[in-house]
Amino acid sequence: MTGNDWPLWEVFVRSRRGLSHSHAGSLHAPDATMALRQARDLYTRRSEGVSIWVVPSSQVTASSPDEKDSFFEPAADKPYRHPTFYEIPEGVRHL
Amino acid sequence: MTTAPAVGNATDTADSGTGTGTGTGIDPRLAAFDAAVAADSRIEPRDWMPDAYRATLIRQMAQHAHSEIIGMQPEANWITRAPSLRRKAILMAKVQDEAGHGLYLYSATETLGAARDELLDKLHTGRQRYSSIFNYPTLTWADVGAIGWLVDGAAITNQVPLCRCSYGPYARAMVRICKEESFHQRQGYELLLALSRGTPAQHAMAQDAVDRWWWPSLMMFGPPDDESGHSAQSMAWKIKRHSNDELRQRFVDICVPQAEILGLTLPDPALRWNEERGSHDYGPIDWTEFQEVLRGNGPCNEQRITQRRRAHEEGEWVREAATAYAAKHEGVRK
Amino acid sequence: MNAPIALGDDALVLAQRLGEWAGHAPVLEEDVALANIALDLLGQARVLLSLAGDEDELAYLREEREFRNVQLVEQPNGDFAHTIARQLYFSAYQELMYGELATGPGELAALAAKAVKEVAYHRDHAVQWTLRLGDGTPESHERMQRALDALWRYTGELFQPVEGLPVDLPALRGPWLETVGEVAARATLTLPDGPDRTAWSAGAGRQGVHTEPFGRMLAEMQHLHRSHPGASW
Repeated sequence: MTGNDWPLWEVFVRSRRGLSHSHAGSLHAPDATMALRQARDLYTRRSEGVSIWVVPSSQVTASSPDEKDSFFEPAADKPYRHPTFYEIPEGVRHL
Repeated sequence: MTTAPAVGNATDTADSGTGTGTGTGIDPRLAAFDAAVAADSRIEPRDWMPDAYRATLIRQMAQHAHSEIIGMQPEANWITRAPSLRRKAILMAKVQDEAGHGLYLYSATETLGAARDELLDKLHTGRQRYSSIFNYPTLTWADVGAIGWLVDGAAITNQVPLCRCSYGPYARAMVRICKEESFHQRQGYELLLALSRGTPAQHAMAQDAVDRWWWPSLMMFGPPDDESGHSAQSMAWKIKRHSNDELRQRFVDICVPQAEILGLTLPDPALRWNEERGSHDYGPIDWTEFQEVLRGNGPCNEQRITQRRRAHEEGEWVREAATAYAAKHEGVRK
Repeated sequence: MNAPIALGDDALVLAQRLGEWAGHAPVLEEDVALANIALDLLGQARVLLSLAGDEDELAYLREEREFRNVQLVEQPNGDFAHTIARQLYFSAYQELMYGELATGPGELAALAAKAVKEVAYHRDHAVQWTLRLGDGTPESHERMQRALDALWRYTGELFQPVEGLPVDLPALRGPWLETVGEVAARATLTLPDGPDRTAWSAGAGRQGVHTEPFGRMLAEMQHLHRSHPGASW
């Protein structure tokens, strides 16, 4: 592993005329201060007066799409189902 | 600016999800997945998906991201020499957008569990690719225009359908990218127009660039449909929405009238309007060149990867410093 | 000397240097950040130069001795620490200078009011990286210290009066020293205290006396434009 173990952050942006923050994507940053600045550069390059939230991906608890009945099992899981994925199956051809 | 490298990959594993559910033994999760795809619903990161679907997406999205990043190089090559301050600003903004697009796409790929580190490592070691168009050099200022008009044009032709791709984060990244990219193509076209209508030397520069970039741009759409057998799976999964030849034909038909307005010719003597088909016939593509460039034998393959690797290696101490600082100051806000 | 030319040349030359980082930054996020800064500066340059004449004629047809940028901005990028040190010194100065200019009278006030917001962000970016490189690893600390030391000799020129500019530049040196000094201290770095200018009566950048790398930078910047006299792009 190289020195690039900057954690992943989720970015939420509320546009100037928006009512609430919506998920814009993610980025890698070493800490919250840099994450906020990078989010500004990456997700709001073209407008001012926006509000940005950055949250470490590891701090997000997501619901499971497999909810049954009225139960909402948070499953204390990350927003992405598979934390790591190393294998590309044999036989997958690429151009 | 860029295109997902033409895709035709899928694997023939049992859970490939071609969705011909007949009778016993069909995984209900697979059935749900197939139904969602068929209904043009989005598959989201926490949804169950066949391993092969996920693997194909990771590869396609990562290679798309790599293409954006590598694609910065041929254009950044002209930033310091742009012949007017306005053109310099436009080009800087375009190259910056490409970095941003790469970041959006890496971010979308990470939702599938592939860390950016690993993806970059695969790029640097040749295990994942980028669009082969970027293995061609930008020899003159006009090349910057040709890239904007033709390469971005081909990319847009490819990308707009991807805005409806089945995987949510990819589709959303593509919507964001397409919004930002329409200006790139217009700027490239405008650049060529200014050259074409300029001095004889400028006109010749523009024509020379188009002569060199036309055929490689057509190759961006990938091999002909009859040689791209594995596309079927990607089409079934709605990762790929149109065939290579369909998109290539669409691109040619759009470019021909644009070239006329530019006052430049396209280097294909066989190019002609076919009334019956309602499309332009065009000449044979040299697929040997395409294969050679894919194999690493293009004019700039070595140079592109070396520059990428070097930037990454030389930047390691910077990234480490930031990590070290964060560890020292954890929990302390500034 | 023309104040818009001096300020415009500063912005133009630094934008040119930052443009060289495209595709080479240590991390993709910095490709975006440095380009952001370069674009802001290029925008400032275009407005300023246009006050003095045709922006492209001024950028592409003047020779070395006619440019009035300070020598600090023309220094080669070096490693990332070198670039950040140059940014720290220069953006801190620009923020103070534009801040003053914005409150004053004159045609530059409106431009300055807009520019000061941009350069506040540039200064913040430089500060964040100075902290992380200074107080990061031993290697980053050494590189950052070396950069601060190497560029110190170009900082004095920032506070030389500029004819026609309604700002007391020498008076800004105190606040500037406080700002960069405080950042350096927090970053566990030492602010140099040697000479902040070269001893040469011929002068420095504001007098059109530049450093050797500048000529090569200009050659690259101007070559294509000059190869097609009178052409439009």
